[in-house]
Amino acid sequence: MNAPLLSVRDLKVHFPIRVGGVLQGRYKQLKAVDGVSFDLMPGETLGIVGESGCGKSTMGRAVLQLIKPTQGQVIWLGQDLAKLGAKQMRAKRQDMQIIFQDPLACLNPRITVGDIIAEPLRTFHPDMTSAEAKSRVQKLMQQVGLHPNMINRYPHEFSGGQCQRIGIARAMIVEPRLIVCDEPVSALDVSIQAQIINLLRDLQQRFQLSLIFISHDLSVVRHISHRIMVVYLGKVMEVADRDALYTHPRHPYTKALISAVPLPDPDQERAKQRIVLSGDLPSPLNPPPGCVFASRCPIRTELCATTPPVLEERSTDHHAACHHSE
Amino acid sequence: MTTVSQFEQTVPGGEIKGRSLWADAWARLRSNRAAVAGAIVLAIIGLASLFGPMLSPHDVGQVYRSYIKVPASTTAYPREAEIPDLLKTALRRSRADITSLDVDGDLVTLTLTAEREIDPRITRSVERNADFTNVQIIETSPDGLSLTMQMEVTRSYFLFGTDANGRDLLTRTLFGGRISLMIGLLATFVSLIIGVTYGATAGFIGGRVDSVMMRIVDVLYSIPFMFFVILLMVFFGRNIILMFVAVGAVEWLDMARIVRGQTLSIKRREFIEAAHACGVSTTAIIRRHIVPNTLGPVVVYMTLLVPKVILLESFLSFLGLGVQEPMTSWGVLISEGANNIVEAPWMLIFPATFLALTLFAFNFVGDGLRDALDPKDR
Ligand SMILES: Nc1ncnc2c1ncn2[C@@H]1O[C@H](COP(=O)(O)OP(=O)(O)OP(=O)(O)O)[C@@H](O)[C@H]1O
Ligand code: SF4
Ligand SMILES: [Mg+2]
Repeated sequence: MNAPLLSVRDLKVHFPIRVGGVLQGRYKQLKAVDGVSFDLMPGETLGIVGESGCGKSTMGRAVLQLIKPTQGQVIWLGQDLAKLGAKQMRAKRQDMQIIFQDPLACLNPRITVGDIIAEPLRTFHPDMTSAEAKSRVQKLMQQVGLHPNMINRYPHEFSGGQCQRIGIARAMIVEPRLIVCDEPVSALDVSIQAQIINLLRDLQQRFQLSLIFISHDLSVVRHISHRIMVVYLGKVMEVADRDALYTHPRHPYTKALISAVPLPDPDQERAKQRIVLSGDLPSPLNPPPGCVFASRCPIRTELCATTPPVLEERSTDHHAACHHSE
Repeated sequence: MTTVSQFEQTVPGGEIKGRSLWADAWARLRSNRAAVAGAIVLAIIGLASLFGPMLSPHDVGQVYRSYIKVPASTTAYPREAEIPDLLKTALRRSRADITSLDVDGDLVTLTLTAEREIDPRITRSVERNADFTNVQIIETSPDGLSLTMQMEVTRSYFLFGTDANGRDLLTRTLFGGRISLMIGLLATFVSLIIGVTYGATAGFIGGRVDSVMMRIVDVLYSIPFMFFVILLMVFFGRNIILMFVAVGAVEWLDMARIVRGQTLSIKRREFIEAAHACGVSTTAIIRRHIVPNTLGPVVVYMTLLVPKVILLESFLSFLGLGVQEPMTSWGVLISEGANNIVEAPWMLIFPATFLALTLFAFNFVGDGLRDALDPKDR
């Protein structure tokens, strides 16, 4: 097996949050990401799935050093990114791009779409002529399904889905080796979702692109991911190859998520046993002392309330963090 | 590529021109009547102040001793009925009597008689009054006891009347506007430069640097402004440049706070993070992404700051701390007018009207700009 493009080791992002009154307030750590590790191979897609607020976006940003990780390492081709100076890190960004979750907010409202998409080109290829940059922008706009004659328009003149394509084009223009896709299709309707996913898959095959594909929806990641990681409250619950995860989920949370995905066949759908999770996500400021999932787990025991389970390999390349998984 | 084909046929032809947020704001501003009216008034007052004193027949400092505090009027001075009095005053010491006086347009024919022979140098005493020029003796009686003179009357218009020194108020009002507007614009410019630099630096660096910089602003805020200006005047003497430096140096505090707040909020916006992710350097982020997005509120604040400064200058001048003679400003003129309010109300009315109009116009334009640039309308 060849070397991973990216290795994340025990990544933690804690936000200091002020709690209490104005005078006696103190800081508490909000553990948005709490000890996540994974490897990503060239050309591989890792799907990250979890509920809203479980720290997926924070994880993606910390991997790209857009948020400074509190602890842990992000190793890019053998090099720890946290140890790089600002300038060296900037140079590395040519190879790692991100598609943001909020399609409109990530575009500067005062500059044209052409300039937005060309921005990485301008920074990484300052000697490129503007005519060449423009033709590349137009070509890419066509590839993501935007008409090239919209190049002089401004972001507020586009729909959410079109803005998302602009963000995708911006991430792809410098032909990076890794794109973190933070819910790139949740703002789009289903037919366009498929188009965008096909587009990303296409590019992946052509350029050996690696993807970290974040979504709250298991059915979306299924099509594109090679491996899937399920996270809950900043911690990894289960990681496995896509098919293994879907056919033999080992963690009760994954099982619940899978059972919530509607099946195409109505008979199967009716016969299926749905696991409905009761209760809400606990506050990340006060995570349960034992297993973070204990408050909603249908098979919890007393052990779960006191001792946090560790992420262990249950079968080849299939890891789960649960005291009672088979 | 499968996804592409459907888009390729849709819109044929050239590129579509987008409408930037600036263009949108401009269109909205133009459709705001109050703002447009304000802008027109400002343009008129600005042009009049700039060129009016040059075009005016009266010099700013020119004193007409015979027309002290004459009321505003559209007819020319001297009026026909006043000519005999003027001539009498001029000839008071010559011991000659006016026997006939004939005014024909600008031409005055005058016959004098006296008991002793009239000295022809009498023309000089007439000419000493600046209203009469070209005084000529056209006929002298053989015994020299009677003399006919012809002269031209200079007619002067004082549309706004004259002040207590006999100077044309229109010229002085326009000239005062020049000074007031100049102080307003320059002081605003000074505060813009200092405030934007300071505020953007504090906001972008953030953290402890930001706290220290903003506490300095708080401390400066607590210094009483009048006290500060009086101290400056005492140390450096009364001086117009010092004046706007003082005003600008105080007014930048607000600008710095506004720009800092803007920078802080924009710094957290996702497109700044996106720029970081694209490897854009810090200076380019400030230049390309932050500054253009702070400009809206800054422009609005500027249009509201200019009238504020003008008012401040007027206030200082009113107290006698501002602009000094022979320079003048609206504040100085209003202060003089207030001292003569009973016998010469026009001395107050005209400069005060100009000041009020300007303040109104600036505020209308500022409000219009604020509405036009409001991001909620996006
Ligand atoms: N800058 C921040 N300061 C403090 N807390 C933050 C910050 N960013 C995120 N958080 C907190 O971290 C947690 C994880 O946020 P994150 O945006 O990563 O969630 P997410 O999984 O992407 O959710 P969603 O699916 O809704 O996008 C949330 O509880 C959020 O409140
Ligand atoms: S450790 Fe216990 S609470 Fe946690 S998922 Fe497993 S069974 Fe449920
Ligand atoms: Mg998110």
